[in-house]
Amino acid sequence: MLGAFISLLAVAFIGFFLFRVLPGDPVRAMTQDRKVSLEQLEALREQLGLDEPLWRQFLDYLGQLATLDLGTSYQYRGAESVAGLIAEKVGPTVLLVGTATVISAVLGTWLGVRTGWRHGSTSDRVNTGIALTLWSVPTFWLGLMMIILFAAGAGPIPDIFPAGGMRDPDVTGWALVPNVAAHLVLPVITLVAVVYAQYLLVIRSSVLDEMGSDYLVTARAKGLRDAVVRRRHAVPNALLPAVTMIAIDLGGIVAGTILVETVFSWPGLGYMFYEALKVPDLPLVQGMFIFFSAAVILMNLLADLVYPLLDPRVRR
Amino acid sequence: MSRVRSGLPVSRGLLALAIALLGGLLVVAAPSAPRAHAAEEPTRLTVGVVDPTVDSLNPFTSIYRLPTQIHRLMYDFLTMYSAEDATPTEGLAESWEHSDDGLTWTYTIRDDSTFSDGEPVTAEDVAFTYNTIMADDSGAMANASYVANFESVTATDEHTVEIKLKEPSASMLAIDVPIVPQHVWENVGNIAKFSNEGDYPIVGNGPFVLTDYQRNESITLEANKDYWRGAPGFDELVFRFYKDQDAVVEALRKGEVDVVNELTALQAEALEKEDDIHVNFGVGKRFAGLTMNPGAKAKNGEPIGDGNPALRDPEVRRAILHAIDRDAIEERVYGGHFEASGSYIPSRYGDYHWEPDEDEVIGYDPEEANRILDEAGYARGKDGVRVSPDGTRLTLRQFVHADDPQYRQIAQFMEEWLDEIGIEVKTTPSDDIGGILDTGEFDLLFTGWTVNPDPDYIFSIQTCDVRPAKPGAAYQSDSYNCNEEYDRLYEQQRTEVDPEARAEIVQDMQKVLYEDGVVVIFGYPEMLEAYRTDVVEEGSLMLQPAGTGNIVGQDGYWSWWSAKPATGGDGGGDDDSSTGTAVLGVGAGVVALALVGGFLVMRRRTATADDRE
Repeated sequence: MLGAFISLLAVAFIGFFLFRVLPGDPVRAMTQDRKVSLEQLEALREQLGLDEPLWRQFLDYLGQLATLDLGTSYQYRGAESVAGLIAEKVGPTVLLVGTATVISAVLGTWLGVRTGWRHGSTSDRVNTGIALTLWSVPTFWLGLMMIILFAAGAGPIPDIFPAGGMRDPDVTGWALVPNVAAHLVLPVITLVAVVYAQYLLVIRSSVLDEMGSDYLVTARAKGLRDAVVRRRHAVPNALLPAVTMIAIDLGGIVAGTILVETVFSWPGLGYMFYEALKVPDLPLVQGMFIFFSAAVILMNLLADLVYPLLDPRVRR
Repeated sequence: MSRVRSGLPVSRGLLALAIALLGGLLVVAAPSAPRAHAAEEPTRLTVGVVDPTVDSLNPFTSIYRLPTQIHRLMYDFLTMYSAEDATPTEGLAESWEHSDDGLTWTYTIRDDSTFSDGEPVTAEDVAFTYNTIMADDSGAMANASYVANFESVTATDEHTVEIKLKEPSASMLAIDVPIVPQHVWENVGNIAKFSNEGDYPIVGNGPFVLTDYQRNESITLEANKDYWRGAPGFDELVFRFYKDQDAVVEALRKGEVDVVNELTALQAEALEKEDDIHVNFGVGKRFAGLTMNPGAKAKNGEPIGDGNPALRDPEVRRAILHAIDRDAIEERVYGGHFEASGSYIPSRYGDYHWEPDEDEVIGYDPEEANRILDEAGYARGKDGVRVSPDGTRLTLRQFVHADDPQYRQIAQFMEEWLDEIGIEVKTTPSDDIGGILDTGEFDLLFTGWTVNPDPDYIFSIQTCDVRPAKPGAAYQSDSYNCNEEYDRLYEQQRTEVDPEARAEIVQDMQKVLYEDGVVVIFGYPEMLEAYRTDVVEEGSLMLQPAGTGNIVGQDGYWSWWSAKPATGGDGGGDDDSSTGTAVLGVGAGVVALALVGGFLVMRRRTATADDRE
């Protein structure tokens, strides 16, 4: 608990300096190609607090953090605050990442148990091969292929799915549910394709570890059917590592979907982070960095707390 | 090892998967069905924009490109730039005149314009808008530069605005400031903090009224049927945001969007082959070029950085100019979608654009370049690289935008071209060209600017006066250029109220830049755009300039205002195949279910068989 808090504090410190190293002058990036006077440039610099010395900016930043204020974005000036922006865009990301993680975990676990139980078989080799291939495919390229094949349509493949975004602009109310679901299909498939191999491999090796265990021999000796041995005895033990993985994934993927959100124009945190890095929009970048880190730390903490409940061995 | 498998958990998992699959397919099919073929459905034009930033919808504070363009649709400006050739034409002001000394401008405001809430637009709204920018720091952020020269703005009666100036100005028909309704904006409190979001429709008097904005998703506008210039052709105009250029091209092919821009040559050429898509090659609005470090100095005379001293020699710069092959850039870098030219102002601005006479051309001529350098005493060393009379080696550090493939190719050509004349070039791609300009630690630096119809600003960034006051101070210069003759002409054009006389001065300025060689222009990349002809009537979109210009990013609303729905098309921006899609979706679902069902049955059999082992 204390460890988590200290980690978070360190993140807040690092966050400030890490992004100051980014090349580029926010004021110049923002006023690019625009007729602005010297006075306007200076006023903007002052408004953003960039005219202050670094230590001063740092103190201001710490002061804000102490009151849980993440500041105001440079570029999204229509928005109230960085915290508000994150709150606004966390929903779409959780929807995308959550769906993808659940499907990846279920699919990966299921295949992992099967391949592990029958390791060395053709289905094991084929499944592991496919998973590893998909895992190595560049996310961006896979996403683009998805769009070209299933959004624009190619040859006999119909153009069923949307090419990007989270919804059509004219859709409101309950009609949003099917509309968003339709927009969700391709990005989720892409994300699952790239991610599920992790689960498959971890569960597979975990099942392999359990296979030789004495308790399985005992179970078999009791005359239990092989399927029951697997389901009742082997799998629950083999699943333990998946818990940690899901926790880390849920925290980490939030930041890691930048590529998928970008290629599918999904209006979530990844899209916004990319957008903020370009300027660089320092308060937004810092705020999101802290948020992402906090998510990972929190999920790890959660996994630490849940683990003893599942596995009596770590309670000691 | 046992080969026994179980049927039950597997089948449950598969069943769940099948249901999910079927559900997904039905869901996909469902939304498109009710939208098809409804007669009274409004016509909608959807524009796909790539990677836009919408900082704010408040015209007093917004400085990014897309919102600035959207404001042209929401609010009238005092005057506009014609679609014909981007020269000043009537906007909210139907006529204007200035006093003989050029210090007082009087605009007559039209009486047939109303805001979308029914209030008439009057001279008071104009005066309020300008005065807010002048008086209120919080209102000055975006547009202060347009009113910096204003002494006072008054509405002398309901339809007359009088602007008194500090000094005469050539730019009084180029005030790019959206006129806002006073009765709304006087009540918003701190203008800097006001987002102008949420309270839809947003009151304005332009050809479109903004009715919705979803951050990082879309902006929706509805036609203002009572617009004084005439109602727009489409009922709705939607800007949809995409992050990736390839994705938006697929969205156009699919019919998810109807207009796209910023295409690469490859994309444009591929789209040209498609039915129902028209590709537009708009004449360039942006110059591509580089600057040679002229020995960067602050205004107080202190040097900045460490530019190669040889470049201070006009003869060396001239030799380099002779080594550049603009036609090769046009053909080999941009595949012909480029207009090679050495002039600062693009040819789309016919009155201002300058072309050298035959005897003034500094063309591609490596021999001449070598002759100039030989004569000026830059002898070649053992390795073929020249050395200046005072012993400086002619090695130049060249910096180019890392994210611009065309620029990087030009940079490569520069290395080859200068190698031919005994100058060594070392290229560094960079993400922070501006930061390198700050330090002055460069010899050749790539640059590019979009040129607006009023050239005052683009000329100003090459004057002595915009250099930093001292090293490290704020500045606007794009090159550290400082040329007395140029500055003299700049001051003249700035206050020259007569358009023809100004055009002449402006042409002379370009000649000075061209011959001086600190600012080197390669030419103007074309603007590659495409639209769906089954949604937009082909040719109905007005281009700026007429016949050859661009659609997206005009100085005005011409293209969106003039676009007409294609006859026979559904005009909804969605493809006609929605019913087909629905049928197909359901069909695919049924097939999938049948397959999965069959599979399950098979599995059960095997499972039972195995269990019996």
